[in-house]
Amino acid sequence: MLIVKDLHKSFDGADGPVAVLRGVDLRLEAGQTMALTGDSGSGKSTLLHLIGGLDHADSGTITLDGTDITALDDAGRAALRRDRIGVVFQQFNLIPSLDVAANIAFQARLAGKHDRDWADRLATRLGLTDHLKKYPEQLSGGQQQRVAIGRTLAAKPSLVLADEPTGNLDEDSGARVLELMLALVEETGASLLTVTHSQSLAGHMQRQLHLRHGRIDG
Amino acid sequence: MIRAGLTALLSHWIRRPFQLVTLMLGLATATALWSGVQAINAEARASYDRAARALAGPDRDTLVARDGGAIDQAVFVTLRRAGWQVSPLIEGRVPSPSGPLRVIGIDGFTLPSGDLPVTDTSEPGDVNMAFLTPPGLLLVAPGTQERLSNADDLPPRQTAEGIPPGVAYADIGIAQTLLGREGQIDRLVVTGPPSLTAPPLDEVAPALARRSAGGGNDIARLTDSFHLNLTAFGLLSFAVGLFIVRGAIGLAFEQRRGVFRTLRALGMPARTLLALLTAELLVLALVAGLIGVALGYLVASLLLPDVAATLRGLYGASVDGTLSLRPAWWLSGLAIATLGTAAAAAGSLWKVAHLPLLAPAQPRAWARASDRAMRLQAVAAVALLILALVLGVTGGGLVVGFTLLGALLVGAALALPIVLHSVLGLFGRGATGPLSEWFWADTRQQLPGLSLALMALLLALAANIGVGTMVSSFRTTFTGWLDQRLASELYLTAESEAQAEDLRAWLATRADAVLPIRSSEAQLAGAPAEVFGVADHATYRDNWPLIEADAAVWDRVAAGEAVLVNEQLARREGLWPGATLDVPGWADAPVAGVYSDYGNPLGQAMVGLDRFDALFPEAPRLRFGLRTDRPEALRTALIDEFGLSGANVTDQASIKQFSLDVFERTFTVTAALNVLTLSVAALAILTSLLTLATMRQPQLAPVWALGLTRRRLARLELLRALLLAALTFVVAVPVGLVLAWVLLSVINVEAFGWRLPMELFPRDWVWLGVLSLLAAGLASLLPAIKLARTPPNELLKVFAHER
Repeated sequence: MLIVKDLHKSFDGADGPVAVLRGVDLRLEAGQTMALTGDSGSGKSTLLHLIGGLDHADSGTITLDGTDITALDDAGRAALRRDRIGVVFQQFNLIPSLDVAANIAFQARLAGKHDRDWADRLATRLGLTDHLKKYPEQLSGGQQQRVAIGRTLAAKPSLVLADEPTGNLDEDSGARVLELMLALVEETGASLLTVTHSQSLAGHMQRQLHLRHGRIDG
Repeated sequence: MIRAGLTALLSHWIRRPFQLVTLMLGLATATALWSGVQAINAEARASYDRAARALAGPDRDTLVARDGGAIDQAVFVTLRRAGWQVSPLIEGRVPSPSGPLRVIGIDGFTLPSGDLPVTDTSEPGDVNMAFLTPPGLLLVAPGTQERLSNADDLPPRQTAEGIPPGVAYADIGIAQTLLGREGQIDRLVVTGPPSLTAPPLDEVAPALARRSAGGGNDIARLTDSFHLNLTAFGLLSFAVGLFIVRGAIGLAFEQRRGVFRTLRALGMPARTLLALLTAELLVLALVAGLIGVALGYLVASLLLPDVAATLRGLYGASVDGTLSLRPAWWLSGLAIATLGTAAAAAGSLWKVAHLPLLAPAQPRAWARASDRAMRLQAVAAVALLILALVLGVTGGGLVVGFTLLGALLVGAALALPIVLHSVLGLFGRGATGPLSEWFWADTRQQLPGLSLALMALLLALAANIGVGTMVSSFRTTFTGWLDQRLASELYLTAESEAQAEDLRAWLATRADAVLPIRSSEAQLAGAPAEVFGVADHATYRDNWPLIEADAAVWDRVAAGEAVLVNEQLARREGLWPGATLDVPGWADAPVAGVYSDYGNPLGQAMVGLDRFDALFPEAPRLRFGLRTDRPEALRTALIDEFGLSGANVTDQASIKQFSLDVFERTFTVTAALNVLTLSVAALAILTSLLTLATMRQPQLAPVWALGLTRRRLARLELLRALLLAALTFVVAVPVGLVLAWVLLSVINVEAFGWRLPMELFPRDWVWLGVLSLLAAGLASLLPAIKLARTPPNELLKVFAHER
């Protein structure tokens, strides 16, 4: 279960600090899916990065299954990212020097919980069995995003964070990728928090939250 | 349009000042090393020309004795009377408190006025009466004048223009007296065409031969190879520097690919774009070239004293220790900077000329060498290495030697990325963990971006190993050779022939053996040389470093039936045992053996003592080698008994030390250039790593996001640099050893006339290996620290703004 309480974050701007998050509270139950929507600059990605342990908050707490992420040091946050959180990025961010099979297995192997059968099944479900020996640059955008989803779910995280997962894909590819991601998240029992501009994508989630000027709206 | 285009193009450098600094630094360093070496060469050649003018005039024929000996003054008179326009010249060395002075005797009446030195008080062409009449006048350079301030035994001195250091002009009569060679001439300078009625040379002076102009500048000829060596080193340093320039220009062009496309899309013709880029590069090249030339001047002025000492020690050539700023030199520095930039940028400019307007942007395409390019590179590398092999097996001559070196080094450099790619692939296959798999795969992917710097490192390391092996082999051989050659415990020089006789008598019961050493300057095989008389004694039979000999060689030499020649004369003229040599007064002397004679630029022949006395009856009989068990006691006794100065009785150890000092100075410049080249390579690695560091974030951020700390990533980056440097070093060792072989067996034989056995010094390699790891470690430390301290929000930008 993810609990975020009174989260604040600001960045240095040209005219002094700019508050991006101004006391965000949210709660995501295990296995639940949630869409976080909002205008550009509303703080969606920042919130996702803080929950993912990719950045630190100015104040407030983030608790994942009883662990306070904001109290962790750099190494602790790295371990959390490795073991319990999976992130799907808009730009896929695959490792260009590894082939598809190695990219899928990478995070699970880093976390020491690589399950070859599960990775194979994921590859099959994601339609990547013919591309396992290819390198990211040899794949289309949709295929790359499917590899990114495979990489995230291969490590069986308790929380999947997705930042505009279909933002770089055409409508058909986006729909197929989303469908696959939701099905697989459900199958692993993970929670899913996705940031999106797309109302259509948000409509597929169990809950929706809207972020406006750094606060949850409504 | 041009102004707007330039603004867009130049804004790149304003936003990336570090890249601009890298480019300028690379180009300036490359130019500095090249122009520094050129400045040294130009200065030395100017000194040789002055020296050559002092001897005969570089553009004048000379008449020399066919047997290489002296010419009687009567022959000069006969020639003049017969209508030959000739002027006599004599040359030799006289002792002075500050070392030997080279005295050149000229005849002011028959030498053309333009050839006469101009003193501070005379007009060109004037003949000074003080110069002609006893005690005479020595015309010297200002530096020599200062050096001779205590030389009370010599005639008065006056400074004059254009006289080489360490040389004095005197009237021929005065010079003959000073040199103790009254009535003798060394050569006759042909100052003009003979009169129409003049009989041919064969009739009027059959013992003389005419030597054509151009062949007379012996010092320039002897030192050509040394300067070629320096030039080769300068070129190597320049090439290493160009790797930095190539990397910086390639990166700047790739990063601006989007700008180029936009400018083209907005209506700028490809030709204008190319012209703007060329102009930009030209300005950068000229500015960096100016900085490089200034740095080169500094390098040259720091190295010139050692070069001058080397040339003096190795060839007896006098070179001014001061540097003049010659327009030809700094213009050539600017030209090489511009040419180097053009060579480094040619590929990038070609790509811009063929830029497809609608192709997708590939900001990191430069870092990914295509398979085709890799294949082409492999083919070029193999072709060059085969060429090197063929030249090594079949070739001969200095130019072929340097072509072989070039093919070997460039071939090895081109092969390096391919070798590293394969080795890293092998390591990758053996990796078990995800991190190690990623590490090997990622290292392989970094290769194209780092390969230029690694190639520069390979060249610098191979040059270091090659030259280091050559110098160390030389040192070992030279030390052993000195032990053989300087077998006598003491070397004695008497002050007069009468004293020499007294010394002999006194020593007869006090030394184990007294070995006369006699020598005379002579022409051998048409070039200046020395002939030595050698006593028949076990000292020579047991110790003399013969490298080839007939049976009973010492018996034949002692009997006056054969001569020994030194290695450089043997190699130059093909005079091996069985051949014959014309020695002045002894035609077709059989060659019975060849001995090594390192550090001597001149040809040398050794004959039995009796034969020598018959050939050169006027040679001074002042020097002896003494064999004794008690050298110190004998030396003290000699000084006490005969009032000799310490300089007259030299012990073996002092001579060895002196010889080794000369040797060490000989390679000071080589060592300095070696260090400079290695420094440039380290700079190449640093700039490449820093440049790559800015482009590495998209590759490292996902790994960080997946659960690796920045500190650990930084450690891996450090490890990667060390690993690549270590692998490059492993490749550099065999390349360096082949280089050493080429230097020892091809270049040295051609350049100096001797061949040395190659010895291996693994301890030096370990030291160099540690040094290269240290250089790579230091170069990668800064990017690694930057990575460890990169704020997370910087890494997060990768996920937000990559496309």
